[in-house]
Amino acid sequence: MADKVLMKGNEAIAEAAILAGCRHYFGYPITPQTEIAAYMAKRMPKIGGTFLQAESEVAAINMVYGTSSAGYRVMTSSSSPGMSLKSEGLSYLAGSDLPALVVNVQRGGPGLGGIQPSQSDYFQATRGGGHGDYHMIVLAPASVQEMADLTITGFELADKYRVTAMILADGTMGQMMEPVELSADSVKTFDKPWAVTGTKMQRKHNIINSLSLVPEELEQQNFARYERYKTIEENEARCETFMMDDAEYCVVAFGIAARVSKNAVIAAREKGIKAGLIRPITLWPFPKKTLLDAADKAKAFISVELSMGQMIEDVELAIRCQRPVMLCNRAGGMIPTPEQVLAKIEEAAGGKM
Amino acid sequence: MEHKRVTLFAGHYGSGKTNIAVNYAFYLKNLGYDVSVADLDIVNPYFRTKDSEAELLAAGIPLISSAFANSNVDLPALPQELYSLVERKDRYAVMDIGGDDRGALALGRYTPYILEENNYEMVFVANFYRPLTQTPNDALEVMREIEQACGIMFTAIANNSNIGWETSPYDVLKTVPLAEELSQMSGIPIIMTTAENNVALDLSEKLEGVFPMTLQKKYFDIKHV
Repeated sequence: MADKVLMKGNEAIAEAAILAGCRHYFGYPITPQTEIAAYMAKRMPKIGGTFLQAESEVAAINMVYGTSSAGYRVMTSSSSPGMSLKSEGLSYLAGSDLPALVVNVQRGGPGLGGIQPSQSDYFQATRGGGHGDYHMIVLAPASVQEMADLTITGFELADKYRVTAMILADGTMGQMMEPVELSADSVKTFDKPWAVTGTKMQRKHNIINSLSLVPEELEQQNFARYERYKTIEENEARCETFMMDDAEYCVVAFGIAARVSKNAVIAAREKGIKAGLIRPITLWPFPKKTLLDAADKAKAFISVELSMGQMIEDVELAIRCQRPVMLCNRAGGMIPTPEQVLAKIEEAAGGKM
Repeated sequence: MEHKRVTLFAGHYGSGKTNIAVNYAFYLKNLGYDVSVADLDIVNPYFRTKDSEAELLAAGIPLISSAFANSNVDLPALPQELYSLVERKDRYAVMDIGGDDRGALALGRYTPYILEENNYEMVFVANFYRPLTQTPNDALEVMREIEQACGIMFTAIANNSNIGWETSPYDVLKTVPLAEELSQMSGIPIIMTTAENNVALDLSEKLEGVFPMTLQKKYFDIKHV
């Protein structure tokens, strides 16, 4: 009925996945992402889709592997500890060049940790997580609307490049409720001539496999995969910039940390400090060029994170260590306040490095 | 409005049960009743009545909630004090039931006491802007699932349709026919249309039975600029 609905971030992901054409969901419940599974359990049977609560996260990711091999849009979701369990499967997906959407609604760690929001799986997400040379496209939403929009984008990019795309959200993004507008109007689909759909005696067999025992061939596969990654890095890095035109103090933050930081940047401007914000929307590929350009004018960078400082390394690499980079953080499920970020900006502006 | 001794708020998760329960407790207190609030939501560890504990206590409204609420321990446990609500008949009680049938399951153990006393209002909280209860049919399905889970039939509807901070009086008015249809299908009356204070002010000129609410603050309410 209504054009806008009031949704939890987790529900927005689930409904957007359905709009993107995903009819196969495999998962296992874990706070704070359980609403994705609960929503799929309710909706999928009504639209002829599959909801399956697997016996474990390991099983779920391998069901994703199978469904993707057959050419279907498929997803799984979990929270931090569950994502560690899926890591082997993520590596196999990469080794077989299979597209899939994986959602991580992060909670505090390491280990079983807590159930409150966190961004401490940044390394795991942007460096692959599993073994071997590979990357995933990592998308970081900062609103419930973006949870929906980036889910659709994730499916599209995954199919386009035959890679896994990950939504890297956190407990606040999963649980908060905001108005959302959903539309399937512009969803892109891609041909999958590589899928195992039966030859009908008209073509050669397609083989989906990550085993390759001839080192020369395996090397060539890795080279080819990294050519694709290069294209992704050139074309798909996304970020939002806020008050960056004349910014001398550049805050870098994603997800909930970016929302906190935006308020701090506004407060800093009111005090006459030229602050700005770069919000990476893709964490891999990281928006390196935007940061490097910002380093021309910026005197210092501040990385705001719900972790002990992980993205800060990418900030330093992106600006080639030309400027000091400070860390403003909370961990273990805690969230920095706008006041804490403002104090850090003032510290940078005061020259205390 | 007649006030039963026990008022229970149940419905689809995320429909605003906790906000209504807290505001309704203040409303009863202002009318001069001795009232307690109970949080039976042991399913979702992120939003709980416990977030309003300080305000409730300051107003002299005892809150009964799990010892583990907001403690970061994801342990679904009900406090033993809950029995005092159904057994002490000299006090009014407002019960915030967990979302959907899963959340309402926990109410089941108190059902015999509530039915026996027969002085209760079982209120279905409806938000027609929630994706899984956008139509009266879908809302009725959730209603029946909850009744099955807890063993108490709904006796009234609270229309809490809203789209968060963007809600206008017009958005609420658009849902009135839906609430009326749900009322006809289920055979129970709409006892209130709830809205945030400012929206309610505007609405009350156009609609009867508007219940104004002060919305609960969440600890991570960060303005989206």
